[in-house]
Amino acid sequence: MDLISTYIIHLADNALILGHRNSEWTGHGPILEQDIAISNIALDLVGQARNFYQLAAAQLNELMPGENITEDDLAYLRDVNEFTNLILVEQSNGDWAKTILRQFYFSTYQGLLYNELLKSASSEIAGISEKSLKETRYHIKWSSEWVTRLGDGTEESHTRMLDAMQSLNPWIAEIFTPVDFEYEAASSGTGILPEILKGEWYRRVNSILDAATLPQLSSENQPMQILSGKNGVHSEHLGNLLAEMQFLQREYPGSSW
Amino acid sequence: MNKEDIINILSEVKDPEIPVLSISDLGILRAVEYNDDAVEIRITPTYSGCPAMDVIREDIRSVLAKHGLKNVEIKQVLSPAWTTEWMSEAGKQKLKAYGIAPPSSQACSSAGEDQPSACPHCHSENIELISRFGSTACKALYRCLDCQEPFDYFKCH
Repeated sequence: MDLISTYIIHLADNALILGHRNSEWTGHGPILEQDIAISNIALDLVGQARNFYQLAAAQLNELMPGENITEDDLAYLRDVNEFTNLILVEQSNGDWAKTILRQFYFSTYQGLLYNELLKSASSEIAGISEKSLKETRYHIKWSSEWVTRLGDGTEESHTRMLDAMQSLNPWIAEIFTPVDFEYEAASSGTGILPEILKGEWYRRVNSILDAATLPQLSSENQPMQILSGKNGVHSEHLGNLLAEMQFLQREYPGSSW
Repeated sequence: MNKEDIINILSEVKDPEIPVLSISDLGILRAVEYNDDAVEIRITPTYSGCPAMDVIREDIRSVLAKHGLKNVEIKQVLSPAWTTEWMSEAGKQKLKAYGIAPPSSQACSSAGEDQPSACPHCHSENIELISRFGSTACKALYRCLDCQEPFDYFKCH
């Protein structure tokens, strides 16, 4: 597979996997309104993933005529090591604090990324980004409010946010560590190198953490990375997620409704 | 049959989640081309994951088929991205009569807070946000502090 298609699939994988994680809350949210909110965010992300998968499928079919690859093949028939999403988004939901923090870290990144991709040399990527950015702004606002509410809430909610930080902070460094397909996307003008967003990401995240009376993050002292989701080396969580998400297509190939 | 006739026929296609609005009221019908019995229609989603889009495609096909138009191509366009600015004035009035506060043009055009101008039931301005996300992706949930009724608000987008 060519590196630009992989880059597009990476954008889709991030959205699909986090969308699926969020959808696990549907029917289990802490209160009805927030159940609806997280389900809506799931829907936005799955919709964004579909747009990117459709684009990648069209591109792959052009390069490999006769394959007839569809968005469903890309979502349902690839194995763990073929997924290129960030380790951050595949992490299990944990409690509400962990889900909120994961959304906040990711949406802050995704918002900055889409904003840069508006200038993509691919008009399709620019178009999907323009569409998605409007949705992501809501995700950022909603998750920022929750980070502040929980961090600056009760002793219990503050402690849970600290636990969530301890659990998710090790996966931040990967976001900004470029891989092959990002170098290729950046040099062709299709995409960008994530490093250019690093400073702004830390500034924005730290400003909300500050309002939430939570400790600041430092871009220094990052733990050494062994896993690399972007290179297909995932944590144990992704396999379990895919087993459930892909079950129907694996058991009943080609089924539709 | 000409292009205007087809646009008229398409006013029968409603948003399945807000059945008082046609796809042109909503601004998701972007273009219609008609040449030698072949119809090309371009639509744009309100939100990326809007599940109504698949139903809308089916409805467009079936309503055109009723009028003998079978050679129909429906294309989805994402850019320029849909905005509530494209919702017609008539559409906004229909929304309000249906009990959904329409996007407020003032709030949408300024950097101010995106909120409804008044309760669609009793027109009171004494309202509060319940949740930024409502029963569908395009709506937020509010409550009127005077008549006590909860109501949906079609968000600026």
